[in-house]
Amino acid sequence: MYLTREEENILNGEYGTTLQKAIEILVALGDIYGADSLIPIKSAQIAGVSYKTIGDAGLEWISSLKGTVKVPSVLNPAGMDLEDWAGMGIPESFAIKQKEIIKAYSELGIRVECTCTPYYLQGFDLSLGEHIAWSESSAVSYANSVIGARTNREGGPSALSAALIGKTGNYGFHLDQNRVPTISVNVECDISSSDYGALGYIVGKMISNKVPLFNLKSNPKKVDLKSLGAAMAASGSVALYHVKNVTPEQLHMNFDTPEETIVIEEEQIREVYESKASFKNNCDIVALGCPHCSVEELEEIASLLEGKTVNKEFWVCTSREVANNSGDIISRIEKSGAKVLCDTCMVVSPASENYRCMAVNSGKAFNYIPGMCKIESMYATLEECIDEAGDRN
Amino acid sequence: MLPLKNVLMRQVIEIRIECRSISKGEGKGPVLSTKDPISFLGTVDPETGNIIDPNHELHGKCIKDSILIFPYGKGSTVGSYVLYQLKKNGCAPSGMINIDSEPIVAVGAIISDIPLVDRPNVDIFKVIVEGDEVIVNGSEGYLEITGSK
Repeated sequence: MYLTREEENILNGEYGTTLQKAIEILVALGDIYGADSLIPIKSAQIAGVSYKTIGDAGLEWISSLKGTVKVPSVLNPAGMDLEDWAGMGIPESFAIKQKEIIKAYSELGIRVECTCTPYYLQGFDLSLGEHIAWSESSAVSYANSVIGARTNREGGPSALSAALIGKTGNYGFHLDQNRVPTISVNVECDISSSDYGALGYIVGKMISNKVPLFNLKSNPKKVDLKSLGAAMAASGSVALYHVKNVTPEQLHMNFDTPEETIVIEEEQIREVYESKASFKNNCDIVALGCPHCSVEELEEIASLLEGKTVNKEFWVCTSREVANNSGDIISRIEKSGAKVLCDTCMVVSPASENYRCMAVNSGKAFNYIPGMCKIESMYATLEECIDEAGDRN
Repeated sequence: MLPLKNVLMRQVIEIRIECRSISKGEGKGPVLSTKDPISFLGTVDPETGNIIDPNHELHGKCIKDSILIFPYGKGSTVGSYVLYQLKKNGCAPSGMINIDSEPIVAVGAIISDIPLVDRPNVDIFKVIVEGDEVIVNGSEGYLEITGSK
């Protein structure tokens, strides 16, 4: 891999151990994947934040680093709401460690905003063709597919290294040839809202890490694409997809139709809802906002909760910045008894383990909750989720 | 002349094997070798270096101070931090050799200062057997057999 003289100097340790290690990581990954050089990135999003996942070893490594990130950088969701962790049932011993992790990242100049939807944040806007180094799988999928920006799915240390150097290896989804669709997915029915998460859940399992080109009968909104991509990245490892006549890259490139085709029918989507329908009325928690809610999604939830009282634990997850920009929407949601949680989510927080069965409208959460939180999950529409928590007294 | 040269060449190949450099530094130790990929999270106890996964070929063995040969890593990316934890606890391997390194092990080795090479230019599972003493040089990208049982 070609390195500039400046990059060689960093690799030789002239700028200290932290940058030396960071560029060693970028060069090693570049060599593994055949990168020809390092390319500048616009922003970074760093995974490996929840104490539940990285533990003491991760905390110790991040604390050992010195320096300042070169590009705007944010974090993946943490294991708790950084302010109202006690209200979530998080023990103090966990909260102390979680705050140490956040502090260690913040000392490197990383913005303390823990979210899987960095594309909603000020200063993280993206456009077609821009290079970034993001980690969280649904954010990677959204940036690549819905915006047409370019990122591989970075691991925590590699995204942090990219942030410290301001560059990443030129390989994988940074290159045109790896962004061409390799399989057509024809959806034979009209779908809406949570159907997109169910579709993603099915397709991800079927196509693993291929690049699908969807032919849809319906016209998805951006939040629908967010659910679709998040689910496919969870049940499979799809980091990029295209939707005919919808996503920007497909419109610009007019890709050839892939040779392989799969067909998805209404029955398969219905099966996702029905697979755990026996838990209906038996869930003890409802959790929305996977990935984190946009202002529009919060507004929809607030409207549906209007005049209702929830009688089960009810979480609505979003980023702190979106919550702060949502005016009275948050108080309208909380008036029902639901909790708006920031900085965290149902998948990465250990608080989910305190429950038995979680109702979700997210294909990603539906995929991860049983394995990561060791509880059941039920797939339902947004309206059914709200009914599940409704006041039947 | 020719036969003698061939013998010498073979001896040279036997002791020094060219590889690709992934993580810098030099380490020496007895070989622990498996064709089973390793998921460090869940397979290795970070407190002791013992292989605790009963389904792994190396179950019951300890990777501490060894030269660990395995095809590649797999599983959770948190595996990188397990290597770091092993190093902090003094239970890490002295060096590692992969057929094809992937990001979990590559990143873990770099942040933990464990020498790592991959793509040896011989069939490593035939040339090196358990009990051999091996040096891994990750800075220059080679390994050397210095002794055997």
